[in-house]
Amino acid sequence: MSAFLSIRNLSLVLKGGPRLLRSVSLDVEAGEVRGLVGESGAGKSMIGKAVLGILPRSVEVVEGEIWLDEVDLLKLRPSERRRKIGATAALIPQDPLTALNPSRRVGPQVTDRLVDILGWKRADAQARALELLAEVHIPDPARVMRSYPHELSGGMRQRVLIASAFAAEPKLIVADEPTTALDVTVQKQILHLIARMQARHGTALLFVTHDLGVVSKVCGSLAVLYGGLVVEQSPVRDFFRQPAHAYSRALLAATPKYTDPMAGLNPVPEAVITAVQAEVAQADASWRNGGWRHD
Amino acid sequence: MILRRLLSRLATTLVTLLGVSVIVFVTIRVVPGNPIAMMLPPGATEADIDRLRALYGFDRSIMEQYFIWLWGVVQGDFGTSIQSRQPVLRLVLNRLPATLELSIMALVIAVVIGGFLALTGTRLRGTRTEGAIDVTSGMALSVPDFLWGLVLILLFGVLWPVFHISGRISPQLTSEFTTNFFLFESVVRLRFDLWRDLVSHMFMPALALAIPLAAIISQLLKQSLKETMHLDYVTLSRTKGYGENHVIIREALPNAVLPTLTLVGVQFTFLIGGTVIIERLFSYEGLGNMAIDAVINRDLPLIQGIVILFAVLFTVVNLFVDMLYAVLNPRLRHA
Ligand SMILES: Nc1ncnc2c1ncn2[C@@H]1O[C@H](COP(=O)(O)OP(=O)(O)OP(=O)(O)O)[C@@H](O)[C@H]1O
Ligand SMILES: [Mg+2]
Repeated sequence: MSAFLSIRNLSLVLKGGPRLLRSVSLDVEAGEVRGLVGESGAGKSMIGKAVLGILPRSVEVVEGEIWLDEVDLLKLRPSERRRKIGATAALIPQDPLTALNPSRRVGPQVTDRLVDILGWKRADAQARALELLAEVHIPDPARVMRSYPHELSGGMRQRVLIASAFAAEPKLIVADEPTTALDVTVQKQILHLIARMQARHGTALLFVTHDLGVVSKVCGSLAVLYGGLVVEQSPVRDFFRQPAHAYSRALLAATPKYTDPMAGLNPVPEAVITAVQAEVAQADASWRNGGWRHD
Repeated sequence: MILRRLLSRLATTLVTLLGVSVIVFVTIRVVPGNPIAMMLPPGATEADIDRLRALYGFDRSIMEQYFIWLWGVVQGDFGTSIQSRQPVLRLVLNRLPATLELSIMALVIAVVIGGFLALTGTRLRGTRTEGAIDVTSGMALSVPDFLWGLVLILLFGVLWPVFHISGRISPQLTSEFTTNFFLFESVVRLRFDLWRDLVSHMFMPALALAIPLAAIISQLLKQSLKETMHLDYVTLSRTKGYGENHVIIREALPNAVLPTLTLVGVQFTFLIGGTVIIERLFSYEGLGNMAIDAVINRDLPLIQGIVILFAVLFTVVNLFVDMLYAVLNPRLRHA
């Protein structure tokens, strides 16, 4: 298996309910930036959560494999899985205002993984954190380490979280809409920062977003999701030149143009929706006939 | 910052105490019952009664009596007990340690039991154990503390007598102490023989007081922990490789404690109020027991003194909780 992250045929269900992911297969090569797009509720975040082992309790994996760094996470015991994920992957969360613990100082929240999970010496972890905070352009890192989250601005907190994600040199980072909760003025800076950090550290990045404009700038390839089904996977260059799937084409047409934001805002046509929904139903039918579930 | 809060709280406290003193003063003088008549043997003459009334100042108007009393209080004189003819302040301060030790022991028991149940219930949320914890604490709450006292007396005093059911300490040991903080002193002097005797007296009344509070802590803290467990920083901590126990204790608990703390403060003052009946039930020589005697004897100066002391205790507890909240919450600490 060459890909660093390889999701094979992953299906998730809401307990006693419908499938949320429909036999998703997705590879992320080492060092690659993979975009994950689709409308709200398509299951983008679920993929990220499955990879990081933080699925809600109400969601169940019914089939599939998640290979991370040559091991199938779903075959590990829970404690081993946690450690494997903690040591090789990291999350850049969506909302920096809620992703830092308000009653703990910032420093320990950056160094805790290094010390507790990876067994670094406290002093080394401290030095590493300072170095990373400087790298994400936080002025006076030593003071920030001693602060509480409420003393920092949203953009500052997101920088801290980015530094924290890169601190252990993970091979894979999942970024789930890392800029949507931020002020428009800082969104671009943070985006540039993530792209620059990714390039410098050579980390594979699974980038969840609504925004095809962002994808075109940061990602090397992308997967388009509809209703928990991957309808298309392409290199970004091919995708923007010639999307393979009708739904992708409609999605692209619905995206405001970078050059002229007001032009070409076409909602996805009814016919396209009907077609892709039929595809989803078809997938479910053959899945059931395949013997995974009899209900 | 904290000092300013403290000062403004002290000011309001003073006003509260004045109000309380007026209400108590008036109430115990308008309810029926004549303290003087209870002091004199049958057959005392009108003249005897009038002389005694004048001695205790009961011949003056209530307003006059109040200001005389208040003037005394300002000088540290809370009057003289009618029953025992001793200064109220000394009587009350002698009993205070017994009640304080009982209340604090009850609080510790409640926090330990309630905290343990809340953490266990959160760890095992969604399982039968959590259901059992909910049912148990619901039951514990629906029975008041003095009934728990009776139940405990029946269980551990009568059916399986392992604890003393009466008094604070075995009488022959009383002379061993130099202060009235028996429990505290026994620990400091490493006299664990005394300590054991004290605890075997205190444990049941303290447990009876603690059970309802433990139930409240368990319910509130568990609720608050479960809400906190969904927050982003808890999820982020999981992705770092941390397991359930670590996440509950280090990420969720410090934040979940805050909303619980305020309510526990209020409930603790109720618990102190509960000592009145519990002390009576267990013949525990504390303030509450003394208060009931004072009411039976219409010992007006003593009642006033005890009520004021309880009011002071309540406000001190509230003040302490306020300060603790400010210290534990980083957003207030640096504001
Ligand atoms: N905690 C949860 N419990 C049950 N179902 C959930 C939960 N979170 C999300 N879902 C459902 O799972 C599906 C996929 O959700 P997901 O969060 O992955 O969407 P998304 O593509 O990330 O959308 P968005 O762009 O709005 O973030 C949705 O239908 C949603 O309703
Ligand atoms: Mg999402």
